[in-house]
Amino acid sequence: MRYLPLTPDDRQSMLAKIGAQSVDDLFVDVPEEARLTGPIHGLPMHAGEMAVEAHMKALAKKNHAAGDMPFFLGAGAYRHHVPASVDHIIQRGEFLTAYTPYQPEIAQGTLQTLFEFQTQVARLFGVDVANASMYDGSTACWEAITMARRVTKRSKAILSSGLHPHYVSVAKTMAKFTKDNLSYDAPTLDAATDGKSLLDQIDDDTSCVVVQYPDILGRIADLSELAAKAKTHKALLIAVVTEPVALGAITSPGEMGADIVVGEGQSIGVGLQFGGPYVGLFGCKEKYLRQMPGRLCGETVDAEGKRGFVLTLSTREQHIRREKATSNICTNSGLCALAFTAHMTLLGEKGLRQLAMLNHGKAVQAADRLSAIPGVKLVNKSFFNEFTLVLDKDARPIVRALADQRILAGVSLGRLYPQEDALAHGLIVAVTETVSDDDVEALATALEGALA
Amino acid sequence: MNMLSEGRPTKQEDNLIMPDSTEPKTFTGNRALMVDEPLIFEIGSPDRSGVDLPEAPEVESRLGGLDRKTPIAVPGISEAEMVRHYTRLSRQNYAIDVGLFPLGSCTMKHNPRLNEKMARLKGFADIHPLQPVESVQGALGVINELAVWLIKLTGMHGVAMTPKAGAHGELCGILCIRAALEARGDAREVILVPESAHGTNPATAAFAGYKVEDIPANSDGRVDLEALKKRLGPDVAGVMITNPNTCGLFEPDMKAISDAVHAAGGFVYCDGANFNAIVGKVRPGDLGVDAMHINLHKTFSTPHGGGGPGSGPVVLSEALSPYGPLPFTARDADGHFRLIEEETADEDHPDSFGRMSAFHGQMGMFTRALTYILSHGADGLKQVAEDAVLNANYILRSLEDILDAPFAKSGPCMHEALFSDKGFANGLTTLDLAKGMIDEGYHPMTMYFPLVVHGAMLVEPTETESKAAIDQFIGAFRSVAGRAKAGDELLKTAPHFAPRHRLDETQAARKPVLVWTEPEDFAEAAE
Repeated sequence: MRYLPLTPDDRQSMLAKIGAQSVDDLFVDVPEEARLTGPIHGLPMHAGEMAVEAHMKALAKKNHAAGDMPFFLGAGAYRHHVPASVDHIIQRGEFLTAYTPYQPEIAQGTLQTLFEFQTQVARLFGVDVANASMYDGSTACWEAITMARRVTKRSKAILSSGLHPHYVSVAKTMAKFTKDNLSYDAPTLDAATDGKSLLDQIDDDTSCVVVQYPDILGRIADLSELAAKAKTHKALLIAVVTEPVALGAITSPGEMGADIVVGEGQSIGVGLQFGGPYVGLFGCKEKYLRQMPGRLCGETVDAEGKRGFVLTLSTREQHIRREKATSNICTNSGLCALAFTAHMTLLGEKGLRQLAMLNHGKAVQAADRLSAIPGVKLVNKSFFNEFTLVLDKDARPIVRALADQRILAGVSLGRLYPQEDALAHGLIVAVTETVSDDDVEALATALEGALA
Repeated sequence: MNMLSEGRPTKQEDNLIMPDSTEPKTFTGNRALMVDEPLIFEIGSPDRSGVDLPEAPEVESRLGGLDRKTPIAVPGISEAEMVRHYTRLSRQNYAIDVGLFPLGSCTMKHNPRLNEKMARLKGFADIHPLQPVESVQGALGVINELAVWLIKLTGMHGVAMTPKAGAHGELCGILCIRAALEARGDAREVILVPESAHGTNPATAAFAGYKVEDIPANSDGRVDLEALKKRLGPDVAGVMITNPNTCGLFEPDMKAISDAVHAAGGFVYCDGANFNAIVGKVRPGDLGVDAMHINLHKTFSTPHGGGGPGSGPVVLSEALSPYGPLPFTARDADGHFRLIEEETADEDHPDSFGRMSAFHGQMGMFTRALTYILSHGADGLKQVAEDAVLNANYILRSLEDILDAPFAKSGPCMHEALFSDKGFANGLTTLDLAKGMIDEGYHPMTMYFPLVVHGAMLVEPTETESKAAIDQFIGAFRSVAGRAKAGDELLKTAPHFAPRHRLDETQAARKPVLVWTEPEDFAEAAE
């Protein structure tokens, strides 16, 4: 077996050193009736590289790869171009096959990268500090809600209707067990977000208000009033960013007063990969630092006075605090954080702004083209690279039919909100730099056909 | 520009002041391949970029009047500089690719590169989680095929694939237990966890709203069955047991423990962090386990990546399977795959406790783990466990004459060997030995865990080390242990040859500096 270096002779001489007759002597603590004698029945035996590759390729071929056809899906995962050098860096064995940097003297590569990551995330979000990443945006969002509960000692969380429905689902699942009190309604197909209604709901029992920016339908609304109202009631404003590229074009949530900003970092450096692994982003105001979940990398000096980096404030974490930890999270998303940082380092502010304006420009053109189709209306007045159309038919069968024609048209609201009949005609369309004018024309033509 | 004292860029001449050293000085402060690297904030600038993008179309902004007016202040650099920057940083990392990585309980085994290649096939890497199900049949096929393997390898009934890492898997299992208890109207409050458990176990139980109590251990480092039986009762929701346990020992009473917990109306959660020791040799389902997470990044060789991403599928017993989280895949008789999401859950999976994360779990890890599993097959996986256990026992028996091995007399260990600091000279600690191993060119073993052994050192070689590599490691370990027992003061200041000497963790925690800020004299220093 190509991954196992021991030879039969090695095994014999090692058993002799141990004083065992056979390797089964080493499994004496396993009750005999539970010990398996041969390989588990009904499973294939070992295979060479060529055979495994053929098997996996056959499975891969059964999928419609986004790059092979016009592609417009977003809703929390975005197809951006990832420069070749980013994938090269994350495949460096010294990054790929390292562990959590518990021995900082021989892990400065990972640690310094995490410090760069934290700084980039904090600046992008407009907050003071950020952690070394979370699993993904949805779990980061829930962790933010629990953090707000720790800070405010209150358990009422108001979720905006514009929050990604999977993020809402995760929060509802967890709240069932933690007894957090969540309020939430599905969105409506209006140009305005639900900011006004959220303002009315904030009171002295409120722990936090959770607002996605831009929201699930692509709409962009100023968060300043919400931040101010939350502050008067000593509640926290949590902003959720599922498309961080947007922050190259629009005002950051931190600048508008958000206390905690979380997000999905997949757009920068990490491919679609059918939903994971992704990288959760988590930042907040400095005064809440010690209630922040997840790993943190901090600057310090070594015994010679040289700058170095270590994991720090681990007294919040499970391996020290056990049942009193701020979160049960142990592993973060280190390699995806590296991909984010390497991509962001290539972009820089200049590149990120250009990328954002390219996305926005293409999206505006596409929105104009698509909403000119008879039977199609544009919901949004404001958007970044993603907008919602209302078709005069149920959108979900149309999306399926177009996929059969090798056009991946977007995410139907029927898929995201199966119980909400009022949303069934909605279609979320994302337009990134990877979409060509021909792609938009192909979608427009196909939609015209489907709606005729 | 280099880093020096005060953690800030400094003038190069400062490097020449090294009062106590007899070594030759260098102008840069670097030593051949050991090269310090500044932060990108010190070498890049916001008006530079390493990407070439087409011109954005001229359109009227529809950003809702929220166009960004302030600087983002993230610097850019050219591709050439970016690749060099991160390549230089990478060389300051220890990794499995570099050498034996004996971190107990973490299973740092070789990461086959075929896994990486398969995960990058465009049919896996470039598909969106919300594409119509008909357009992702191959992806659902991967999830399903891996699920079948995990179920068969563990002898369980079902598997929840979506948990994002081991601790997330623990939470999934505990929430299944809670949902099952609530479904029968049985509000229990306590989860029993051994003192030797990984910290995520009590943190998880507490997060799910349970009170955590210790399970007593016996002098052999195993669960005290009689004491456990006494504690069981109508308030105990379940136990969380790591098997093989964190002392590297198999719990021989596992079946009796499960039977006792079940008889008392509770459930058994098994922490599967150490599944590598028993894969293909024992099925947890045969031992009465109700839920167990599997760290794909341990047993099934997906890369640790400097701290994630992990992946923590949870295998479930028949009693708990109905409560598992959404979404999951189902295979129809004709080979077509369906996705059970919120929409269809009411018909297909009405008791699910809900969704734990967006989308479908760590797909990129599933393709890697499946590639690994298919490479090994049922026969190879059995060999994995046998070689992992053989290597660990070889280390145990090669070191027990020089280091205290608290449980060595009670019989063989499983995949990891546990030692204590008993016999070290006054003032020398496990930490000192660990840092001494760094100078020998190794990543140290796990230190101070499990908590039940003083100055614990937990050594897990894994099955992907050759005998020669292990013999060399043993030689180094014996040497450093001998120095610790003899009171070698130089160990207290080790490592001496790493990119950094010991780092001041107290300062880092007292005044946390988590982001880079431009120092006032930065412009001057950078000149």
